[in-house]
Amino acid sequence: MNQWKNFTKGFIKENPVFVLLLGMCPTLGTTGTAINGLGMGLATTFVLVMSNLVVSLIKNLIPDKVRIPAFIVVIATFVTIVEMVMQAYLPSLYESLGLFIPLIVVNCIVLGRAEAFASKNTITSSVIDGLGIGFGFAFALTILGSVRELLGSGKLFDITIYPEDYGMLVFILAPGAFIALGYIIALINRMNKKNA
Amino acid sequence: MAKLESSFKNMVISLFGVTLIASAALGLVNDVTEGPIAQTELKKQKMALAAVLPEFDHLGDVIKVLPKDAADSVEIYPAYGADGEEIASAVKTYTYSGFSGYIEVMVGIDDVGEITGFQVLKHAETPGLGSKMDDWFGNTEKTGQSVIGRSFPNGGLSVSKDGGGVDAITAATITSRAFLDALNRAHRCLNNAWDTDSNSGATQQIDQNASDDDLASSEQ
Repeated sequence: MNQWKNFTKGFIKENPVFVLLLGMCPTLGTTGTAINGLGMGLATTFVLVMSNLVVSLIKNLIPDKVRIPAFIVVIATFVTIVEMVMQAYLPSLYESLGLFIPLIVVNCIVLGRAEAFASKNTITSSVIDGLGIGFGFAFALTILGSVRELLGSGKLFDITIYPEDYGMLVFILAPGAFIALGYIIALINRMNKKNA
Repeated sequence: MAKLESSFKNMVISLFGVTLIASAALGLVNDVTEGPIAQTELKKQKMALAAVLPEFDHLGDVIKVLPKDAADSVEIYPAYGADGEEIASAVKTYTYSGFSGYIEVMVGIDDVGEITGFQVLKHAETPGLGSKMDDWFGNTEKTGQSVIGRSFPNGGLSVSKDGGGVDAITAATITSRAFLDALNRAHRCLNNAWDTDSNSGATQQIDQNASDDDLASSEQ
């Protein structure tokens, strides 16, 4: 498979958030600000790349009947590593993401890529797939986080663009996440249609 | 290499192997991050103390007071000036009545009973509403809503909706009540610790008395 295509498909064509609509729980839960979205996206990317790497390494050593528990153990290990490292070196991000870090374990994107891609492909293409999908996820979360932060509190990456009093509070809350996500998906669908 | 067959032996061995390696890896990472995590916590505590207290020379020993109506103890950090006089105390207090439960606050109270500063340490309040506690109650330009410089009236601080003198955060009255509840708890525990300190001075006694009094004056 063409590796470059393998990498870029995660951004637009198979973007996990905007096109596949996977991983909605962290998507809606952590994108209150752009920086939180970016942090969550990069943490997930790390887990995705590492678990894809390990799963494709050990795919022949794992009997089919126990593959799901084995994959979950691998994923959970990397999630715990991310959690501990983040707690030690990025405490403020760790606090704002809170519960959503351990929840990466059950993120369907991560298990989905391990099951559908890494367990059937070579190590190199699995890592590249993980990078592509991971960056696609991080990209989507950052976009959504930026839109919500800008409309909700008048800031972008914590830099004030306009006074907070004019912000629409709803965009910080969960309903705003749905509204913003809906409009972004509509926009992307329109762009994809034009290209086709 | 061919895929391993799903025989019982193979499954047991492969799962055991995966979990063994995973736990070894986690142990290793834990060893590395344990120190930095503890240091970050300590630094956070120190920064919170410096933020809520007026200038002080040194801190005294931590006094733990256990209120009877709750399982967690309140921590009191007495601060002394250069001449050894106690000038204020920082109290790590908490409440369970936040909109999303637990809120932990560090609050500084000086020797005449006025609040010198506070910092919310832990909370899970709604972003954009209850999460504004730090900005709202710390805004000294708006005297109606700021708690800094206030002293505790009989029966504790309460929001204006409940007949008190503090303006609640717009659209977050529950959070505001909870926040003041945490401050009142700090004040009660601090008073009890001081009272007993002058009477007996024994830490054991402090715990006992504080919990009784705390219960007696607990909110209705």
